[in-house]
Formats: sequence, structure tokens, C-alpha cells
Amino acid sequence: MDFAFLADVGERLLSGVPLTLELAGTSLGLGLVIALILAPMLHSGRPVLVWPIRGFVAAFRGTPLLVQIFLIYYGLGQFRPFFQEIGLWSVFRAPYWCAILALTLNTSAYATEIIRGGLQSVADGQIEAARACGMSRWLAYRRITLPIALRQALPSYGNEIILMIKGTSLASVITLAEVTGIAGQIISQTYRAIEVFACAGAIYLVMNFVVTRLVAWLEHRLSPHLRAAPDLVRSIPV
Amino acid sequence: MIEDATVDRLEGDADAGPAAVIVDDLHKSFGSGDVLKGVSLRAAQGQVVSILGSSGSGKSTLLRCLNLLETPSSGSITVGDESLRFTADRNGRLSRPDRRQVERLRRSAAMVFQSFNLWSHMTILENVIEAPIHVLKRPRRQCIAEAEALLAKVGLAERRNYYPAHLSGGQQQRAAIARALAMHPRVLLFDEPTSALDPELVGEVLRVIRGLAEEGRTMLVVTHEMAFAHDVSSRVVFLHDGRVEEEGLPGQVFGDPRSERLRQFLSRTRSGR
Repeated sequence: MDFAFLADVGERLLSGVPLTLELAGTSLGLGLVIALILAPMLHSGRPVLVWPIRGFVAAFRGTPLLVQIFLIYYGLGQFRPFFQEIGLWSVFRAPYWCAILALTLNTSAYATEIIRGGLQSVADGQIEAARACGMSRWLAYRRITLPIALRQALPSYGNEIILMIKGTSLASVITLAEVTGIAGQIISQTYRAIEVFACAGAIYLVMNFVVTRLVAWLEHRLSPHLRAAPDLVRSIPV
Repeated sequence: MIEDATVDRLEGDADAGPAAVIVDDLHKSFGSGDVLKGVSLRAAQGQVVSILGSSGSGKSTLLRCLNLLETPSSGSITVGDESLRFTADRNGRLSRPDRRQVERLRRSAAMVFQSFNLWSHMTILENVIEAPIHVLKRPRRQCIAEAEALLAKVGLAERRNYYPAHLSGGQQQRAAIARALAMHPRVLLFDEPTSALDPELVGEVLRVIRGLAEEGRTMLVVTHEMAFAHDVSSRVVFLHDGRVEEEGLPGQVFGDPRSERLRQFLSRTRSGR
């Protein structure tokens, strides 16, 4: 084993971690915002809202992320005059923003479906109790429905976070130098694919291990009501 | 454990005092079925009105209409000084009552549900302070102090940081009563508060409700607990098929039922125990 080579590769690959995390973090954040808007609409059951959203979700869950990235990166060029006119061409020309757009739309479709499932799991009685004491629709949604739904959705959403971190590796195909992109560059220089990809894999593994632990910790914190009764009382902050 | 602390209430004029709740000619239909066919009801301040009736008589619907969890098809509801009138257009479409007015009315008519409906992700204390803080916009510190007093009153002081799932049904229902009281409602609505409980837990909940009656709180109670209704009520209303079939003082309704249907109902519930 060539440890000197591995150390060198490891160091170079690690320099791609910030971009990987940036792609994952930005698109997860934006995707979650979109999902938080779309999921209640989908849950509302109004056909005029439901059908377009179902179409959107079906399209982005039913096609490969790689295809979506290509379509956005190469496809948006077709509309160059339009984007130039509205002054956004510099954004949609950049591989970085195309990757963000593709990843965001992809994760928002999954997250919409995950949160809708959470909303559906909230018992009617819980919402009724909120409305019965004079809460407005919005207040009941914010204080009761959503917190219960998100707790329900958290385990599946943790899964989605991991999928997205791995999904960022596809951004390498449109020239982004994140972890996988850098791995590709090193391989084209050294032809030592196994060591380099093993190293890259290890880096993803560590990132996802940390994410898994964080989600598990959050889940534990948010669900004392699903565990056995506490011996020690928890005092609420005043 | 049946004590007759409410005797003086029974002897008083049933309609004494200013009205806390007035229901006038309330109709409610679901689809083509009429569940309420013109119910009128009046509860004076401090009165306990028990609503009896077999299943399908419309008693739960009546209570849910009072809190506007169901929108009545027509008629009017007054709670305190908040009054709402409902009409349907020719096509039977319901008029939409003003949202803010509905929310105001709900604040003054607190509901206790058959299945408790405590918010599962909050502790008992958080359940009790939730609406006072976010609906009534009162200071948190004050709400907590008050909630602790209320929980002590229903015997749950040391359970305040437990979650609903960690409590027995009886404890959950007592917590739900504390939650309702925290809104300082003008009237408490109980929708079969003991029907979802194991028999041995019924007593503890009825004791709490009885205590509230003795404090002179205005309450409308849908119940199957005949002994309780007999002892605690100022008035008893018997619903049948969406109408008030008979109403009066408990002694009169239970002791000398006039209508054949009430007689049948009472004999059935008595033979049942």
C-alpha cells in the first residue's frame, strides 16, 4: 500500500468537501422551504393545487437525478435569449447554479412527499382541539399540525439528507470539482482508480455517519413523548 | 360517593340569572340527513345542563355546533355577548360565519372531548399553557403559574412534565379539563367526557366535573352517566331524533318522565347497569 499516495489523495479530496457540503446544504435548505409550501397544498386536497404538485413530484421522483442535471445544464441553454433578457443568464450558465437548481428541485419533490405523509399522520382530534380553543387555521398549523407532522417525517427526511449528500457526486458530470469531481481529476492523472475511489467513498461514509448521528440525536430530542415515562421531570424554559 | 351538594341549585328557578348560552332553533344536516331539526336551549350563568339521548339523537352534533366545530345549517347561537346567526341560501349552501367571530366564540366555549385530544408532542403543562399564550396572548409566566394551579386542582401537579402518552385515560381527561379551564371560558362543553374511559377511571373524572359544578361554572354536558346527570345538573335535556323531546329539572325528568321515548330510554339505560 502506498500510504504516501493515499495521504496525498485524501488531502486533495478533502478540499472538495466544502463544495459537496455547500451543494447538499443549499439544495436541502431551499428544497425544504419549497416542500414546506407544497406539502400543505398537496395535503389540502384541492384538485387545482394537488394535480400540478403531483405532476411535479412524479416527474422529479420518476426520473434519474443525472438526467435532471443534464437537462437543466444543457437544456436551459435553449432559452438563452430569454434568460439574457431577464438578466439571469449568468446564473443559469454557471454549472454551480445548474447543479443547485437540479438538486433543489429533486429534493423538494421527495421532501414534499415525505412531509405530506407526516401531515396525513396527524390525528384529526389534535387539530380539532386546536381549532376548538380558538386557534386560527394558521396558528393551529404552526403550533400543532406541523410540529407533529415534522416529528413523524424526520426519520424519512434523514434518509433524504443522506441521499442528497451522495447525489451531489453527480454534479461532477457538469464539471464541478466536489469530492467525486476531484477524484475523477486525480484518476485521469494517475490511473489509480481503486485507491482514489476508495478514498472518496470513505469521505462520503464519514459525512453520512455524522449526519446519521445528528438526525438520530434530533429525533431523540424531539420524541420524549414516544418513549417511556420520564423519571426525571423536564422543566420547560420560562 | 353521591352527595347532594346541588340541592339548592335544583330548588332555584331553572331560568334564573343571565343567560350564558342561548341556542335558538338550531338545524344541522349532513348531506341529505337532518341531524338537528330545530333545537332550542338556554343555560343561565352557573347552570349545569346535561344533554341525554341515545346514539344518533344529535347530542354530540349539538355540542360540536356550539363550539362551531360543525357549522349549523340555520339557527343562532349566543355565548355570553357573542352571537352568531346561520342561514342557508336556496341551494342549501351554508353561510360562512365571520372567521374572527367564530374564533372569539370558541375561546369562550371550551370543549372537552370524549377522546381527550391532548396534543401528543407537548407535556401536560405545555398543553395547558398553549392556548392562553398563543390565542389569548397572555404573558407566559402568568400562564404557567395559572396552569400549575389548575393542574393541582385536577390532581396532576406532579405530572405536569409528563407527556399525554404517559398518563392514564382518566389523567389525560383531567388534564384536558385543566386545558379547557385555562381559557377562562364562559361555558364548558363536555362531549361524553367519560365514555372512552375504563370503568374504574370514570369516577376520578366525574369528581373533577362535579367540583366545577359546585364552583358555579356554566357547563353543558353530553353524558351517559345517569346518576351523575341526576345529581349535578340544574337542568336535563333529552334529545331524540334531532329535537328536544323533553327537558326539565333532573328530579322531574328522571323521576317522572312525561314522554314515552324518555321512559324507554331511561329503562334501557337503567337495565344496562
